[in-house]
Amino acid sequence: MSEPISHADIQKTMLQQQKAEQRKKQLLNLVLLVLLLAAPAVLYPVFLMKILCFALFAVAFNLLLGFTGLLSFGHAAFLASGAYTTGYLLSTYPGLSTEMGILAGTAAATVLGFCFAVVAIRRQGIYFAMITLALAQLVFFFFVQSEFTGGEDGLHGVPRGYLFGFIDLSNNLAMYYFVLAVFLGGYLLVQRIVGSPFGQVLKAIKQNEARTVSLGYNVNLYKLLAFVMSAGLAGLAGSVKTVVFQLASLGDAQWHTSGEVILMTLLGGTGTLLGPVIGAAFVVNLEYQLSQGPLGDWVDAILGAIFILTVIAFRSGIVGEVQKFMRKNLG
Amino acid sequence: MSEILGVPVTVLSGQLLLGVINGAFYALLSLGLAVIFGLLKIINFAHGAMYMLGAMATVVLFDNLGVNYWVALFVAPIMVGALGVLIEYFLLRRIGGQDHIYSLLLTFGVALMIQGILTNIYGVSGLRYSMPDVFKGGMNLGFMFLPYYRAWVIVMALLVCFGTWFMIEKTKLGSYLRAGTEDAQLMQGFGINVPLLISLTYGFGVMLAAFAGVLAAPIYSVTPVMGSHILIVVFAVVVIGGMGSISGAIITGILMGIIEGLTKTFYPQASSAVIFLVMVIVLLIRPSGLFGKEA
Repeated sequence: MSEPISHADIQKTMLQQQKAEQRKKQLLNLVLLVLLLAAPAVLYPVFLMKILCFALFAVAFNLLLGFTGLLSFGHAAFLASGAYTTGYLLSTYPGLSTEMGILAGTAAATVLGFCFAVVAIRRQGIYFAMITLALAQLVFFFFVQSEFTGGEDGLHGVPRGYLFGFIDLSNNLAMYYFVLAVFLGGYLLVQRIVGSPFGQVLKAIKQNEARTVSLGYNVNLYKLLAFVMSAGLAGLAGSVKTVVFQLASLGDAQWHTSGEVILMTLLGGTGTLLGPVIGAAFVVNLEYQLSQGPLGDWVDAILGAIFILTVIAFRSGIVGEVQKFMRKNLG
Repeated sequence: MSEILGVPVTVLSGQLLLGVINGAFYALLSLGLAVIFGLLKIINFAHGAMYMLGAMATVVLFDNLGVNYWVALFVAPIMVGALGVLIEYFLLRRIGGQDHIYSLLLTFGVALMIQGILTNIYGVSGLRYSMPDVFKGGMNLGFMFLPYYRAWVIVMALLVCFGTWFMIEKTKLGSYLRAGTEDAQLMQGFGINVPLLISLTYGFGVMLAAFAGVLAAPIYSVTPVMGSHILIVVFAVVVIGGMGSISGAIITGILMGIIEGLTKTFYPQASSAVIFLVMVIVLLIRPSGLFGKEA
């Protein structure tokens, strides 16, 4: 006869398991941090910054799709509004220090996110996707016709300026570490949100919205907040991107960009923290590699094919599949 | 010359005509979306691409094989419809049990791929297609000039819309379709081949899109990207009308075309945005859409 297992024992082992998992996660994060810090020694900083910007964009997007279950097809609007606001302010007011421009861009995207959310959360599922897409198109037309965006030409030669008024960002390495800091800040913020009680409610909404309502949660408020935060972070990504490349263009606002961020997130792994980062790195790198070779014109077709393949064959994405594999084979 | 609010009647009626024609296209496209949504419960993101394929097929068949407009009117939709059946059979069916978000993303991938491939072959500048000689010219209605082809588009679109409505609401096949919308499993229990019905429905839905594409070929610039913009507008139309009813989709489509035409006359800057604004207002006042059933 084996001894009966007491409730306390179960709790103890569960706690231990959780702690071990947390330690593993921390170790992984540490390794990644070291890699990111050392990366400019090996790779071209501007290329890395592009990856980081899109990674932040995808992480922000994943807060909605992966952790709240809302598919926004309009996130390009937030990327672009951040980009244009920052670009306009920094080129018009040369004395403005860079971080103020970025903050303003983020704020603009956050406000826009609020407006989107108020309208879009009135419907669910695929309607939500269609509404966000239509709203983003509305924003696109606004940018096309506005004076301050430079219309079809976009904004060029946006000065990178001085961070806090004294760090010269025209140095690529300084710029890189600034972008890295912003990215890490955004990433850790999302990690914190997802792990908080608030994040737990978001996950509950994803799994069963009706039940969450019946538990007494104001689901719409939670969705609204998640949407606004996601939009703000996407705007931050756009603002930083403008500073890095010194331009803001209509390409950012196109529905194509909204599709791209979905692909990054899906491919990397929705609902995982690291997934969107890996996905963004993969897609940005793929686009770069293709543009160098003879397949340069086939980027869209290839992205479409990857989309189809991901949806059909591995919906949990790269990180999701690796996690599954580890659980199966490594206990 | 008589005027309404400072706008000459000929200009106003001309814009209204253009509006009705755009509306006819919106109606045809949102009708196809509604038919597909009814049975498959998915939004077909590839709908714009199918519309584009219909138009491209018309031009390419004419340029390479000399296939004339009348033949293309039948052949192009059938070709695209067959492609639709293949897409349903080989791709959509595989993710049948999953969240509908995935089928939306899958059709988005299909759209991206088709558009990407055709852009590579034909470029993004428009292909030229001249309309059949029968349609050259037009008639003077006294208050406006009505080109024959535009009249033809309106008549054909209305006929096809009515035919589809009749088929779904009044025929045996339509009753299967409606029953499948309610409870596909029960239908299967009655011995109806539901998977086949689903394939055919998807094929039929995209056929409607391709048909709209053929109608569009002589009057709009035919490019591989022509589908993506109109699709987003049609999505807004669908949100405005709600997917509840076939007739609702048709009416909303034409109505939105007219509103767009009016905006073009009185405040041209807002004409490309007006449908989206209407969508916002409708969502704020009546979230389930004008003809929507569910909340």
